[in-house]
Amino acid sequence: MEPLETGVLDGNAIGGLLLEVFGTEMTVAVGTCGSCGTASQVAELAVYQPGLGTVVRCRHCESVLMVFVRARGVTCVDLWGLASLA
Amino acid sequence: MAGTAVRGRLTWQTATVGSVVDETPQVRTISLSAPDWADHRAGQHVDVRLTAEDGYQAERAYSIASAPGEPLSITVERLDDGEVSPYLTEELRAGDEIEVRGPIGGYFVWDAADGGPLLLLAGGSGIVPLRAMLRHRERLGSTVPVRLLYSSRSWADVIYRDELDRSMDGVAVVHTLTRQQPPGWTGYARRVDQQMIAEVAWHVADGPLAYACGPTNFVEAVASALVAFGYPTRRIRTERFGATGQ
Repeated sequence: MEPLETGVLDGNAIGGLLLEVFGTEMTVAVGTCGSCGTASQVAELAVYQPGLGTVVRCRHCESVLMVFVRARGVTCVDLWGLASLA
Repeated sequence: MAGTAVRGRLTWQTATVGSVVDETPQVRTISLSAPDWADHRAGQHVDVRLTAEDGYQAERAYSIASAPGEPLSITVERLDDGEVSPYLTEELRAGDEIEVRGPIGGYFVWDAADGGPLLLLAGGSGIVPLRAMLRHRERLGSTVPVRLLYSSRSWADVIYRDELDRSMDGVAVVHTLTRQQPPGWTGYARRVDQQMIAEVAWHVADGPLAYACGPTNFVEAVASALVAFGYPTRRIRTERFGATGQ
């Protein structure tokens, strides 16, 4: 697991967003990276919030796993980078 | 269903400010009364949403400072360039209303069944969820032994200082002051490092459970020191927040 740089958050920070999207507590769910296959709990993933939305990356290969963008009260969710989330 | 909390759904609700208490010049504890609030677990957080007159909204997550069963309270550190914390720490008064939703999180929590011994590692306001765990332990009458290593910039920046000074059975509190130390200070005066972890942490053979919370660089330094000391990663739970004091 690569160390995170200053200012980068972890998956705990988006517990509310994930609860809103999935309807259940997701920070203890395990996400598997579609690029390198690394499995880790959502709470341990790298979270970037540049202002326009939320980007979640793999801690091992830095691939984008999830993207959330909120516009006009609707949250758009992209889970393309995940092999699985359970 | 606006304004009504549906069980199992995360909805915004209005909370009324009960009291505000200054912990340090930068940090304030705010007690909140939210009629539809479900009880939380120690270590969970709450999302706070502020709406400006022009409709602009800003949301932030804050760790819950109170133990399960106690009235909801949060402890907020003022970030000079923040959108939300300056309002919460300077403008908010008893009787004001803010929007909250939660409780949130299932990873960085301690329940009595998790046992111990516990190693709690706090950087700056990373003490907040750990304080909820300490109070929870005390309210339960738990005898799980605890060591708390708390890194602050100076003695004046130590949050909950009186509460932590008060001796708690089975709890050892070790401070490190990274920037400024009071005259005669004999404690640690540097950032948490490998040597400090080796001196303070429970031995791996004791089967400890570690919780580290603070700015990202603090948590990374602490977690890598614990792994080097032999802690299995599954026994280290971490929570990071934006850059602030340690």
